[in-house]
Amino acid sequence: MGIWTTISGLGLALGLRLELFGAVLARLHDVPRRRALIAQELYGSAIQTLHVILLVGLFIGMIVSLQTGIELARIGQQDQIGTIVAVSMAREMGPFITATILAATVGSAMAAEIGTMSVSDELAALEVLSIDRVKLLVLPRVVSLMLAAPLLTVVCDAIGVLGGGFVAQSQLNVSWQLYIDSALEALRTPAQFLPLPKDVWSGLLKSVVFGALVAVIGCASGLQAHGGALGVGRATRAAVRDSIIAIIISNYFMTWLLYQS
Amino acid sequence: MSSTKPIEPPVIRFEEVVKSFGTQRVLDGLTFEVRRGQCLAIMGPSGTGKSVILRHAVGLMKPDAGRVLVEGQEPSKLKPRELAVLRKKIGFLFQEGALINWLSVRDNVALPLRENTRLSEAEIATKVEEKLDLVRIAKQSFDKMPSQISGGMKKRVGLARALVTEPEIVLYDEPNAGLDPEISASINDLIREVQVRLGTTSIVVEHRVACIKTVADEVLFLEKGRAHLQLPPKEFFSSSDPRLRQFLGPNPD
Repeated sequence: MGIWTTISGLGLALGLRLELFGAVLARLHDVPRRRALIAQELYGSAIQTLHVILLVGLFIGMIVSLQTGIELARIGQQDQIGTIVAVSMAREMGPFITATILAATVGSAMAAEIGTMSVSDELAALEVLSIDRVKLLVLPRVVSLMLAAPLLTVVCDAIGVLGGGFVAQSQLNVSWQLYIDSALEALRTPAQFLPLPKDVWSGLLKSVVFGALVAVIGCASGLQAHGGALGVGRATRAAVRDSIIAIIISNYFMTWLLYQS
Repeated sequence: MSSTKPIEPPVIRFEEVVKSFGTQRVLDGLTFEVRRGQCLAIMGPSGTGKSVILRHAVGLMKPDAGRVLVEGQEPSKLKPRELAVLRKKIGFLFQEGALINWLSVRDNVALPLRENTRLSEAEIATKVEEKLDLVRIAKQSFDKMPSQISGGMKKRVGLARALVTEPEIVLYDEPNAGLDPEISASINDLIREVQVRLGTTSIVVEHRVACIKTVADEVLFLEKGRAHLQLPPKEFFSSSDPRLRQFLGPNPD
């Protein structure tokens, strides 16, 4: 009974989120009309999260550099640190860390904002006024996060590579020039379709998908909120938890599609 | 208010409506109707489903059994597009106003016009100012956010938003809840003025006797999910019905 309830609950939640994503896609033609709201959301998601991305990205790059550098130094290969930091930041760490930060900050805020609107009858008021809440509330948030996520990922990648270089130079005796040269060289793997290096565009593609996932899950959790402040708390928790799960699972499949096949 | 108006056809009709939440049956065979141009006040003990009635009338809830008819249509059985058309005839004042918290007073009132009509910004501005004037909101408050205005003002702005599309039916969910007597009196006068000036059909869910005496043409007393009594205010408040007398107490309002 308990297992079936859990499974049916998961199925329902997944179905509602897919339905919401479909509803967003069906309303993409309305994007030009919502540009003011999108810009407002973009400011909230990108600018107000920038300092966190900078700080976390910097330290992630430093950690990757230190961890791999210590091991590489044992076998005299520390001049490869730039390669490893650049590739891991561009392929995985940048998009993943950025998406996780967005889930914890912007996705949770979306769930809380829309959840509060739900429990204070604002969503009911929109419904009575025949106002399409997907167009008004969800579409601007999804589009803004699909734009913000790749922008922030580029920032995270860049600051991570710089942080890694700082550690490589100061603690592992790798010259700055060697580090940067090997980092840039590693990212020069030619792409088949795009002018960008494959590791960069694949990371950016992932970040666009992560942005959409975080926004849709955040909005869907908010729309489903009920039961006062407790309900808003539940919605916020569900938004962060489910976003992180979705990011990790989709990351695996995208990595498989982009690199394995 | 007297009930000497000519008899009009019913605009809202509840027929044996049943609604339960879990094991609690809130509406239990409720039947009543509201005629065109009439204002029906609904009163009754807390938890008897007064707000639930209003939510059924706009299709926010579906009855478990029975029928709700608004302008001859059942909101719960309409397709989304048809329901949207019906809802454009209805204004709804929520208990706390339900203003969108990230929009200013002006933008809250303009919202239904911006989203659902092709009016120019100048035409929208004219209509918005007209309705905000009607509910006596001062111009200097037009650009304030909902968090910067009082509870009474929120309700008045909510009413302006409900009226901006010029609905034929207006539903009020406890318009006086949480307000002091002076502001309550101004809200009651406003409800009456809206009815007289715009000729709307209304349902007012309310506890306060003063409000009901000001606005209602008829009063329905709800008890155990059913219409226990439905009379014009004068007869209603002088009724010797023991349950009503018990509910109203020795000094009603």
